[in-house]
Amino acid sequence: MATNINVNGASVAIEADPDTPLLWVLREHLGLKGTKYGCGISACGACTVHMDGMPVRSCVLPLEGVGTARITTIEGLESPAARAVRDAWIALDVVQCGYCQSGQIMSAIALLEGTPAPTDEDIDGAMSGNICRCATYLRIRAAIRAAAAALKA
Amino acid sequence: MGIDAGISRRGFLKGAGGAGLVIGVTLSGLGRGRVMAGEAPFAPNAFVRVSPDNLVTVVIKQFEMGQGVTTGLATLVADEMDADWSQIRTEFAPADLALYKNLFFGIQATGGSNSIANSYDQMRRAGAMARAMLVAAAAKAWNVPADSVSVSKGVLTAGARRAVFGDVASAAARLPPPDDVVLKRPDRFTLIGKHVGRLDSPAKSTGKETYTIDMDLPGLLTAVTAKPPRFGATVKSFDASDALAVKGVRHVVGIPEGVAVVAEGTWPALKGRKALRVEWDESGAERRSSDDLVAEYRLLLDKPGAVAVRRGDPPGGLAAAVKTVDAVLEFPYLAHAAMEPMNCIAWLHDGTLETWSGHQAPTMDQLNMAAAAGLPVDKVVLHTLPSGGSFGRRSTFDGDHIVEAVRVAKAVGGTAPIRLQRMREDDMRAGYYRPLYVHRVRAGVDAAGKLCGWSHRIVGQSIYSASPAAAAAMKDGVDDSSVEGAANTPYAIPNLQVDLHSPGPEVPVHVWRSVGNSHTAYAMETVMDELAGLAGRDPVEFRLALLTEQPRHAGVLRLAAEQANWGSALPDGVARGVAVHRTFNTSVAQVVELGLDDDGTIRVRRVVVAVDCGRVVNPDIVRAQMEGGVGFGLSAALLSELTLDKGAAVERNFDAFQVLRIDRMPAVEVHIVESDEAPTGVGEPGVPPVAPAIANAVAALTGTRVRRLPFARWKPGTA
Ligand code: FES
Ligand code: FES
Repeated sequence: MATNINVNGASVAIEADPDTPLLWVLREHLGLKGTKYGCGISACGACTVHMDGMPVRSCVLPLEGVGTARITTIEGLESPAARAVRDAWIALDVVQCGYCQSGQIMSAIALLEGTPAPTDEDIDGAMSGNICRCATYLRIRAAIRAAAAALKA
Repeated sequence: MGIDAGISRRGFLKGAGGAGLVIGVTLSGLGRGRVMAGEAPFAPNAFVRVSPDNLVTVVIKQFEMGQGVTTGLATLVADEMDADWSQIRTEFAPADLALYKNLFFGIQATGGSNSIANSYDQMRRAGAMARAMLVAAAAKAWNVPADSVSVSKGVLTAGARRAVFGDVASAAARLPPPDDVVLKRPDRFTLIGKHVGRLDSPAKSTGKETYTIDMDLPGLLTAVTAKPPRFGATVKSFDASDALAVKGVRHVVGIPEGVAVVAEGTWPALKGRKALRVEWDESGAERRSSDDLVAEYRLLLDKPGAVAVRRGDPPGGLAAAVKTVDAVLEFPYLAHAAMEPMNCIAWLHDGTLETWSGHQAPTMDQLNMAAAAGLPVDKVVLHTLPSGGSFGRRSTFDGDHIVEAVRVAKAVGGTAPIRLQRMREDDMRAGYYRPLYVHRVRAGVDAAGKLCGWSHRIVGQSIYSASPAAAAAMKDGVDDSSVEGAANTPYAIPNLQVDLHSPGPEVPVHVWRSVGNSHTAYAMETVMDELAGLAGRDPVEFRLALLTEQPRHAGVLRLAAEQANWGSALPDGVARGVAVHRTFNTSVAQVVELGLDDDGTIRVRRVVVAVDCGRVVNPDIVRAQMEGGVGFGLSAALLSELTLDKGAAVERNFDAFQVLRIDRMPAVEVHIVESDEAPTGVGEPGVPPVAPAIANAVAALTGTRVRRLPFARWKPGTA
């Protein structure tokens, strides 16, 4: 039985067990590999996507729980905040191994869309669900501040 | 076209159509390179391609796990070529010992923070050779002397003549190689030492980088393996019927490591594994817990071990002490916990094995996989992909996850390519940890306040006894990786002894970012600090007095102290601590400032880092590695611990195995010593000083010496 969900602006029919986590649907059914697996228990943030603009951990969101919500992945982002974040990430060379960074970027964009001028506490609060084992945290903070400044300008 | 033909035969130019210029340089010879053609008497290196469309492809022989080596190696080539940075592309080298070995290791592998160090001259020669041949081709076409052709940012000019590399690439390929190349003087560098952005930033900032977990192949199946709960246990029997009934499950196969469930996707594989029934044979299983091991190791502290270093008269030196430290220090097992859990794709087809993985040690992996597949080594073709971290984990001597992938592929009869994917719990339970260690240090100062004796016993599993090079790596029963950082301390310690016991629990262990230095630096630098206190001396001065023969090491200590305003007043409740350590020839000093939260949690506010890594290729990547090294070291200092409970790993995911998150990341300031010395590494040396610097600050703040890591187990007011 197919389940219809909305991903990156398109309605797609998914043939998968309804308990399949959205993460594996995105990666293995839709080929959207930017969203990563890191823990499977909502503890690392590597799988972060937007559900109606809110950051959610797709590894613990079953397909049947998506309903009519709009899912956005790193591949489907085209807002001014998304562009500002991406540009800042590249300008500051935030990444090391890069594996956590889709999730970091999704969390950062959601933060800036709700809080255009975040304080360091706001940043730490919004980003502490995202582990970076390479510990690129300083540059993540700096890039979020730079993106916020660019959005204001 | 001898050049192309020679290298094509090695499968190197596959798909490049033979057009353009391929450059090889010999491994030996100072400033001399030679393109090997036809029946090469020596195997050449091959690192540079220039295509007619004006792209320069640099072949990267070292493994990219986030440390930025791709950008660094490409920078070396591009600078000597005078290429334009925007025309540089990279690809990872295939497994080929002759062409791509690490010149320090003798095998193709990445580790010891020596990627830049071992490649520095080699890659520059490769670039210089390419430049010389492009210049010669332009000179010939224009009928001008070669020395009238200049090159800048990928453009060749002579008078009004102008060409880009691609214009003359094919002509250059037909020229004889020069006998000699002259490398640039450092003052001519245009990229080395300058700000150059990471080549992988755009792909990694847009979700487009392809890791092993992302790689797709027609018919690819996913395998997850059920493993025994305790180390050393094996499969007694299994019943696959329920697992096979799960939709999407295609095979259930027994392999030496456990039972693998092979399915059309990750979720069906996991459901299948859940439905699987396995009985384990635990007769040979490890039954001890971490506490048992610590107790056993503590007993060994009373017995003399294998001597790693002995100088002067250690017992006599201690006898002369008027004040002494006698410290027993404990360090837990640690998982690498790289963000991408271990994985490998193995495809047996047409009498060959093809693999895709983060192959950190390709030629070692190739041997391990050939043995597992029952194929000759030359039938094993590796594709190396960048990995989501490693920290040493992807270089295991037995290639654990890689071999497991091959065994599954073999067990399913080569019907499909198989991605063996460890889930986080599998990854964390699999072992290959930083070993658990116990140290005892007895050291003292004499009546003049001088360090007069240091006896240091270390107990912990050997890493290299499991390596193929065990015979060479183990000297007189001493695994150097267990004592490095102590036995080779830069301090002029009179009357020094370091000895070692290497017990062998059934827990696989392996190198972990900075290896032995991850624990020896803590022992050395906390005891040194304590001795300074006993001598009534400033900790920085006390150390400097022992480093008069080590100007570079002393230099980073002075620089960090200066930049941190060492000795200046701090707000109430804030203290400083210092540590300096040399890891793989790179000296790093760190000064931390920290306070305690109301609940006693350590809050590190600032870390000032000074590093001397010789000639700097990419200052921003050096900074990034120091920042990341501090963060990685903070995880181990403050939070992380892999506990054994009756032979089974307790912490299996990031809910229990705590690592640093952004809210505890301090400000990090990095100061790089300017140097003309040969480059040394930066991937690991930022890690070891953090924990002792924290401990020294905590001692300054509270008067307590914490002897056991991580600090999460410590409550202020206790020892
Ligand atoms: S994979 Fe979803 S939070 Fe870690
Ligand atoms: S960049 Fe490696 S885990 Fe974040």
